[in-house]
Amino acid sequence: MTARDGVSLEARGLTRVYRRGSEEIRALDGVSLTIRRGEFLSFMGPSGSGKTTLVNLLGCLDNPSEGELDLAGRSIFGGGKILGERDLTRIRREVFGYIFQNFYLIPTLTVRENVALPLAFYRKPGVEGEVERLLGMLGMEHRMDHLPGQISGGEMQRVAIARALVNRPEILLADEPTGNLDTKRSAEIGEILQELNRNAGLTIVMVTHNPGLARLGGRLIEMRDGRAYES
Amino acid sequence: MISRFQIAYKNLLRKKTRTLLTLVGIMLSSWVLVSLLGFNRGYEQALNRDIDNMGYQLMVMAKGCPYEAATMMLQGGTGLRYIEQSMVDSIVDKPEVDKVTPILMQAFFDPNKGDGGGIAGYFGIDPATFPAMKPFFRFRQGGWFRDDEAFEAVMGYEAAELEQREVGDMILVPEKNVQLKVVGILERTGTQDDGTIFAPLKTLQKISGIDKITTIGIKVKKDADSAKLEAALYQLPDVQVVSFTQVKETIMKLISTARVMVLSIAIIALLIAMVGVVNTILMSVLERKQEIGILKTMGAMPGDIFRLVWTETLILCASGGVAGIGLAFLFARLSDILVRRILPYAPGGELVAIDMRIACLTLAVIVVVGLLSGIYPAWQAGRVRPLESIRSEG
Repeated sequence: MTARDGVSLEARGLTRVYRRGSEEIRALDGVSLTIRRGEFLSFMGPSGSGKTTLVNLLGCLDNPSEGELDLAGRSIFGGGKILGERDLTRIRREVFGYIFQNFYLIPTLTVRENVALPLAFYRKPGVEGEVERLLGMLGMEHRMDHLPGQISGGEMQRVAIARALVNRPEILLADEPTGNLDTKRSAEIGEILQELNRNAGLTIVMVTHNPGLARLGGRLIEMRDGRAYES
Repeated sequence: MISRFQIAYKNLLRKKTRTLLTLVGIMLSSWVLVSLLGFNRGYEQALNRDIDNMGYQLMVMAKGCPYEAATMMLQGGTGLRYIEQSMVDSIVDKPEVDKVTPILMQAFFDPNKGDGGGIAGYFGIDPATFPAMKPFFRFRQGGWFRDDEAFEAVMGYEAAELEQREVGDMILVPEKNVQLKVVGILERTGTQDDGTIFAPLKTLQKISGIDKITTIGIKVKKDADSAKLEAALYQLPDVQVVSFTQVKETIMKLISTARVMVLSIAIIALLIAMVGVVNTILMSVLERKQEIGILKTMGAMPGDIFRLVWTETLILCASGGVAGIGLAFLFARLSDILVRRILPYAPGGELVAIDMRIACLTLAVIVVVGLLSGIYPAWQAGRVRPLESIRSEG
């Protein structure tokens, strides 16, 4: 996928409304923003401010109630179009890598197998040897045959990062990647993300409560009441 | 890299006890099913073999219950009725008859047999006609009697093994305090003959103090009208004619009721095991809901997840099935002994005959039923939405 003008993601008036009985919750309220290729963008904000909802929409994990989203110039959402699970999955596996607060490593698989897991379902051409290369790059080559239960939280998140990158995504979405880590490990993960952005040119969209981590990105957006405010 | 099979296999290892218990359930139902199918085949084969090895197709005996008579002939028994030996002469001339042999069956209580004593079955046979009826008999040691009044015995394979007899040994006829010299030991035939002790007819008549016989075995000429011969034999006074084809049909009818019952139990056991499979896989899917959602964020399609969960079911059912079949092969002899204790009449030889065809059929049934059981949990897993799994994130 090649961006026509260097724009990776473009959202216009993205809105997400949830209904709980008769109550209507406006989790996201007409957010518009543009993310360029190679950017490191952080979203901050209190709980319930809509940052995760926005990242879910940007990462094609959900359909918006209103608004439009273009991915590298290609229209994904818009004009009332609702994408099914299969279509969303096809987009996700081509474009995105995801990391989460809780790592979600499979406890019975080794570090190497966890990283290789996405390749069991979808494999982009030219990713041979990517598992070992990424684990080496993230300093995990000596832990390849360990089980997740035998490594630290920081190492688990490194494995989750390697897993997210194994199919060479264009955009890495990180939802509270250091939420379960201490300060030292958080800083290590922050450095890794920064290096991936600087050296590999990876576009990173991150949600965090950690101001120090948020400042690592070149761009910070604050979320309040479902609206986005660029700092 | 890692295959879907490896992922499924390792998923099952997460809850080892639960997986093991489910496997045991499938294994037991597979064991029951394969043993039952083996019995179904083995019993009929053994019965056919027993009847073929009788060497004759018709028996003439004193009037009484035909089932009792047939069982007596096949298995030995007490409370025998007798017929005159002269009746042989009136049968041998009939045009349909090929060969005829008179037999005296005697059952003596042997206090030294088994734990609390047991019945020792003796067949008084005519050395001139009986061996011709059983041309397939082979001797492990020795041979037939020297003359038709000799105090000699030929022992079936199991009878000799049980009493640890060799040719030249003397055996004591229980109740009668008469000794017979063992002159021959037969090879195993897989029939009731293996447990029988044969003596010359005249000798056994002398020992028993009876100058009559219990049975006349008749071999019908090839292509002769057996029904016509039966009708003619019924004209003889106070006899009944037993055809082994009828005996077989009657026994199979009696056995079929038991077979239906056991088959029902096997099906119920199979269904219970499959409910266990559904429960195990469904629980596993519910526990891994978040993880399945994450697999979908990584690019797994609903069909991929469906196949992954289905593979888990397949691994469970195939391994449980194979283990159950292995157990059935391993304990076939034990099943044989148990079935023999339960059944009123059991033919000789292998009663639970399991072969590769039955093993494959059972495995196929277990796997197909297992895969059907796995459809619902796999479908549920395929429907998990990634967003549901990560909503708790913040």
